[in-house]
Amino acid sequence: MPVKGSIVRIAGPLVVAEGMSGAQMYEMVRVGEDKLIGEITRIVGDKAFIQVYESTTGLKPGEPVEGTGAPLSVELGPGIIGNIYDGVQRPLPVIARVIEEQDPNRKIFIERGVSVPPIPLDRKWHFTPGINGQAPEAGSKVEPGDVLGIVEETSLITHKIMVPPGVRGRLKWLAPEGDYTVTETIAEVETGDGRTVEVTMRQRWPVRIPRPFRNKLEPNTPLITGTRIIDTLFPMAKGGTGAIPGGFGTGKTVTLHSLAQWSDARVVVYIGCGERGNEMTEVLEKFPKYKDPWTGKPLMERTILIANTSNMPVAAREASIYVGITLAEYYRDMGYDVLLVADSTSRWAEALREIAGRLEEMPAEEGYPSYLASRLAEFYERAGRVETLGSPHRLGSVTVVGAVSPPGGDFTEPVTSHTKRFIRVFWALDTKLAYSRHYPAINWLISYSAYAETVAEWWHENVDKRWKEYRDIALDILLREEELQDIVRLVGTESLAEKDKLVLETARMLKEGFLKQNAFDPIDAFSTPQKQFKLLEMFIDFYHKASELVARGVTVAEIRDALGRLYVEMIKAKFTIPNDQLDKIEELRVKALEALEALAARKG
Amino acid sequence: MSVYGVKEYSRIREIKGPLLIVEGVSGVAFDEIVEVELQSGEKRRGRVLDVSKGVAVVQVFEGTTGITTTGTKVRFLGRPLEIPVSEDMLGRIFNGLGEPIDGGPPVLAEEERDVNGAPLNPAEREFPEDFIQTGVSAIDGMNTLVRGQKLPIFSGSGLPHNILAAQIARQATVRGEGEEFAVVFAAIGIKYDDYLFFKKFFEETGALNRVAMFVNLADEPAMIRLVTPRAALTLAEYLAFERDMHVLVILTDMTNYAEALREISAAREEVPGRQGYPGYLYSDLASIYERAGRVKGKKGSITQMPILTMPNDDITHPIPDLTGYITEGQIVLSRELYNRGIYPPINVLMSLSRLMKEGIGPGKTREDHAAVSNQLYSAYSRGVELRSLAAVVGEESLSPTDRKYLEFADAFEKRFLKQGERENRTIEQTLDIAWEILSILPEEELTNIKEELIRKYHPKYRRLNI
Repeated sequence: MPVKGSIVRIAGPLVVAEGMSGAQMYEMVRVGEDKLIGEITRIVGDKAFIQVYESTTGLKPGEPVEGTGAPLSVELGPGIIGNIYDGVQRPLPVIARVIEEQDPNRKIFIERGVSVPPIPLDRKWHFTPGINGQAPEAGSKVEPGDVLGIVEETSLITHKIMVPPGVRGRLKWLAPEGDYTVTETIAEVETGDGRTVEVTMRQRWPVRIPRPFRNKLEPNTPLITGTRIIDTLFPMAKGGTGAIPGGFGTGKTVTLHSLAQWSDARVVVYIGCGERGNEMTEVLEKFPKYKDPWTGKPLMERTILIANTSNMPVAAREASIYVGITLAEYYRDMGYDVLLVADSTSRWAEALREIAGRLEEMPAEEGYPSYLASRLAEFYERAGRVETLGSPHRLGSVTVVGAVSPPGGDFTEPVTSHTKRFIRVFWALDTKLAYSRHYPAINWLISYSAYAETVAEWWHENVDKRWKEYRDIALDILLREEELQDIVRLVGTESLAEKDKLVLETARMLKEGFLKQNAFDPIDAFSTPQKQFKLLEMFIDFYHKASELVARGVTVAEIRDALGRLYVEMIKAKFTIPNDQLDKIEELRVKALEALEALAARKG
Repeated sequence: MSVYGVKEYSRIREIKGPLLIVEGVSGVAFDEIVEVELQSGEKRRGRVLDVSKGVAVVQVFEGTTGITTTGTKVRFLGRPLEIPVSEDMLGRIFNGLGEPIDGGPPVLAEEERDVNGAPLNPAEREFPEDFIQTGVSAIDGMNTLVRGQKLPIFSGSGLPHNILAAQIARQATVRGEGEEFAVVFAAIGIKYDDYLFFKKFFEETGALNRVAMFVNLADEPAMIRLVTPRAALTLAEYLAFERDMHVLVILTDMTNYAEALREISAAREEVPGRQGYPGYLYSDLASIYERAGRVKGKKGSITQMPILTMPNDDITHPIPDLTGYITEGQIVLSRELYNRGIYPPINVLMSLSRLMKEGIGPGKTREDHAAVSNQLYSAYSRGVELRSLAAVVGEESLSPTDRKYLEFADAFEKRFLKQGERENRTIEQTLDIAWEILSILPEEELTNIKEELIRKYHPKYRRLNI
């Protein structure tokens, strides 16, 4: 029996209600006459403290509060892909339609108390029992995660209808192939205690509890993103965790958009958490037009958007992260590689701080609550590559990348420093690089990836055996350049030794011709692993050959002269040579080496 | 007692700072608007910040000076703070709460609107992409403004941000459309002479009939500052989305706004975030800045240009920092350039327009725009870096190419950046100047520009082409 109480206090997004004994912690409640959505975050006696996910303007003490008897949950089933949700899984286009019916002029705004189903209830989906031609037979035993049938959700995603967690027993009946809505029964399962459970294509799952799986495995396949500095220098693995911290204007959002657009994940969950409205609009307008580089289908057919923009209610910001990761886990359970990007986790942490402040909790560093670190840990721990429950045997992964927006670009602040403890890839964005428009502004001196070793095997098998060796050399040149810059700042370039000048020259070529990447250039935006390696090979082979010459007394100025126009061509190769004409990079490489040979011959 | 939804109480338990704590209330709503009548008969306005059973915390806009715990009447008006909106408000001057102060007649409201507005549904927005030509090279060429963008000016005290904002307001046009922007101007706690500057400027340019001004001066109550930008944006939303107008909103100075917010937060004894500003400063600023943009099915748009003075010119101060995280870029003014006599003193390296890429290119500006802008950035940043290096090691220990970069950096500041306060350059003029100064550098240094564009626009080839 859900509880019924009444409001005694309203302070911003926090509402206190009395007469709530029997309410559960984290139970979802309906607040006030308008039935605003809220969640219980603290219980004292018969008083419940509720964070409200909608604007509380106009609420009065004495208005009713009703429990729902269940924690905040998401609805899972076909119809999620391609949707854009608010922080509590309400589809924004449907909200606009509902408001339009009441007042066409107000439809551009989000009003309060709109109650809409997360997935379409009336749409019929074509259900095919079984998978790969094998349907479970009536009478057979089923357990959570077993695939009962499939629905083609989009042209990219085959939605597997699974036995929900907690349901196991004998399959009494499975619906024949046909069109069903998500509320119609598609299977009946007789459980051990003799009950019959009717299974539909829709299930619910509480957002704050990770969905179960059988086993967690080590992430060992790279998530190919097409961004050279990421894939080659600081690779991400499928099922891995990463953070992108950076001050404003350093390109967090552009990098995350690139990840969502180009990476070889099968499903992408994009959470706009306390960020700009126009950024969500940009994704919404473009992704249906852009093609998935791996399949040629519209990108929106693999994308789920969750938008709690900075002007939307702050409490829902806190929930949006959990809603997103739960949706990601659900598709993981079907056996997909899912990428979740959260922009920005700092806004989520600030939402925690704001709610904690209103609850008058004791603050820790910079006013953040003391449980900030454990919340971050819980969130990133929901990433991973797993063996799923049920049969057929499936492997799936959730890769989590969170943007961090440190105040003043200071990486020692609590959110960045705590996040660093729970992630394995750190792409640090640098204000100085961004000021000179070196994008992606990932600073190669302080970024790191713990997956460089584990994904090396994949590169060696699929691209080139020298990948790790060349990557390490490139990184070494960049690090040495930084050391040399300290000297240059004192004495200028002209007094350096020739071999050091060559390091500076090669580092400049690597920066201009490899690391810098224009996310908006049709050729440059996405580099295949093969192109990345060919470019790298060209610069490193040049460096080795030039080093030999320098050792024999040739100057760097002579080397540059010998290269002539080839120098510019090498640097511009990234945006003049497309992914399918790599022989042209090879040609450039050979020409460059020949030019050096010729120079060596001339110099005797 | 209650008349027409209005409830009146007189039991004031406590007065602190701008807050009144009123007891014995019932049926009072959160964020409701309040009228406070002093013993003298003077009336002030406020709103409900926190309400529990029987107790309401009221923030008084005009301050609590002179209020007594006895004999004061507090009326709860049963609605949130609303202002009347109408097209006739253009050409008028209002106080920070939206009441006329120009001696003209009261506004005949076409509608009353809650000043807090409602968040725009991101699924109903349309992405901004119409290039606005401001006639200022540093903006048009390198930090392009588009219609529906929110682009703040980060300034410092004494820098010419007012002159720049006025120049933009005067010159801004969308090419191919004759239509002028309607301007909604919110003065938030600014000095009287700043207000006078803008007022005179609008009068001189004959623009006053398409400008609505909301004025809260430095010597007026600070609490009203929390309402002023919201009142202005409420009108802007009405004009843009109900009356199909393109509206340019200038908010100056957002630093004063944030300070008023800190004051009220301190009075409420909230847990402070950085530098005493409340933890919700980000969300609060966002509720202002996000009221910009274009929406589906409506012709109009809101372009926002907030101005803020960075305390001690520090861009990492919470106010510019959080603003930069919300707005779609920033125009940063530099004291160093200003002292060297360069107007507009825009530090292009620290400036950014996030929506630039959508507003430029063939059909909008010119095909070479993006590449030229990238090249200017990378060359100028190298030039500035080398300049500081040369200061240490001397120019002669730089390579010949590096010395060209120094020359480029100087030309960039003196020929590209610097222009007159009334000089209105077309985008073609801006790009041509850019090519001229880029041609100082050896051609193989132009690594951000594709070969065919160099052949077409580089002065060296252009002369040959003709």
